[in-house]
Amino acid sequence: MASLVIAEHDNAALKDATHKTVSAAAQISTPVHVLVAGENCAAIAEAAAKIAGVEKVLLADAAIYARQLAEPMQALILSLADGYDAILAPATTTGKNILPRVAAKLDVPQISEILKVVSPDTFERPIYAGNAIETLQAPAGKKVITVRTTAFKAAGPGGSAAIEKIASAADPGLSKFVGETLSKSERPELTSAKIVISGGRGLGSAENFKLLDSIADRLHAAVGASRAAVDAGYVANDYQVGQTGKAVAPELYIAVGISGAIQHLAGMKDSKVIVAINKDEEAPIFQVADYGLVGDLFKILPELDEELGKRGYK
Amino acid sequence: MKVLVPVKRVIDYNVKVRVKADQSGVDMANVKMSMNPFDEIAVEEAVRLKEQGKAKEVVVLSIGPGQATETIRTALAMGADRGILVKTDQTVEPLAVAKIIKAVVESEKPDFVITGKQAIDDDANQVGQMLAALLDWPQATFAHALELGDGNAKVTREIDGGLQVVDVKLPAVMTTDLRLNQPRYASLPNIMKAKKKPIDEKSPADLGVDITPRLKVLKVSEPPKRGGGVKVASASELLDRLKADGVL
Repeated sequence: MASLVIAEHDNAALKDATHKTVSAAAQISTPVHVLVAGENCAAIAEAAAKIAGVEKVLLADAAIYARQLAEPMQALILSLADGYDAILAPATTTGKNILPRVAAKLDVPQISEILKVVSPDTFERPIYAGNAIETLQAPAGKKVITVRTTAFKAAGPGGSAAIEKIASAADPGLSKFVGETLSKSERPELTSAKIVISGGRGLGSAENFKLLDSIADRLHAAVGASRAAVDAGYVANDYQVGQTGKAVAPELYIAVGISGAIQHLAGMKDSKVIVAINKDEEAPIFQVADYGLVGDLFKILPELDEELGKRGYK
Repeated sequence: MKVLVPVKRVIDYNVKVRVKADQSGVDMANVKMSMNPFDEIAVEEAVRLKEQGKAKEVVVLSIGPGQATETIRTALAMGADRGILVKTDQTVEPLAVAKIIKAVVESEKPDFVITGKQAIDDDANQVGQMLAALLDWPQATFAHALELGDGNAKVTREIDGGLQVVDVKLPAVMTTDLRLNQPRYASLPNIMKAKKKPIDEKSPADLGVDITPRLKVLKVSEPPKRGGGVKVASASELLDRLKADGVL
């Protein structure tokens, strides 16, 4: 029949997580349609129409979808579900919030955070913080799936899908958006950056955490953190990499002052190259690191910064 | 008001799980079991609501084998009032868990359900949302802070971009994120008191819920292992290596 991908966006820009979810959907059921639900988001629908492999974009542009709250989104997706045998969303906080409601209402199990499509009904997903990989076969019927976006390549440009405006579903009126505090950063997004530099408790304070900034700027890297650093208040929650934070898989991951609890490793061990900087030679992070620098990070970071400067990284 | 807190018994978060050689699952023999850490945060939040006089009763529910009674006792020692064990030795998938909780909600009639955002064994992150949908209730997932009003809850949520505040009508389901609170350790007198608190036992069949798994687990395997790395002596050597690898 077809797959429906729920677009990840903030009414201003279509997120790369959508392109990656389209790649997963194309391996499950084609054609692939994308649902763009938001407010004043026609430009998002136009961007989604250009993704290779997308046949149609459904645009639900209404105030009730401005924040993609779970309850109205559930009603909207259910109103479309008949036409699809697979419904997918990226495993972002938005996708994770909405999709289980849809699965429950359809009375089908949800398969969370797939890493691989083995066949159109069989999937791999991580369990136990990625310490085991489960291969699951879904029953006949509709599939409801969230996608670990770091495990799929983004579908490229080159599409020219039709855009169809669709009507809003009834608003259940159970919840309302009050406000938000978003981290502002000129840096790339954590989940799609090519280079990530993360700090842990070893940095010791919010002030010291800023030692990562200059290096991150020189490398055009995103900045992440371990749970310990977030709990200690050095940085905000949206920096957290790990089992229950964000999963990242950049080309290069630099872990600074992070011991390497299994919950942190779960979120970064699929990175291509891992560098660990830590004073404790026995720290578990070194077991997954390709390169380890043992020593005082307060000496090593300035050296690294200076060395990058010498080599022309501005 | 009454608060219902569903809790799960899982392999302790400090245990390094091992995949069984026959790929049928992970090794559970002689492994330390504990309450799912996110559910501990849920119990703590409910008990605080009681201490603040906002909740009258905190009921803890667990679905699992007989040993899940210990998990319920832990919650009772933290300050919950009574427990319900829905006893089964079978694997219960998130959708069936949500259906069981829904059946309990229909008899207990709580105003608020608080549970962990995910269990650290299957990492599914589904039950709270599914329960809310089955009940046609609103949800506030990944809670960072809670402000309980009269007939509503204002919840700050941890989202990918930062924090979001939503206002949900009660009854509602809230799922907890890590920084909602710091769960207490139960004191010895409270552990003793918890032994006398009532735990009601039921079966999924008593509640009319079919828990037959829908998904077929074909295998459980080890993730790819990373090759051993090397130690480098200086920042300069590190950059040389990264350059040679083509990641800089």
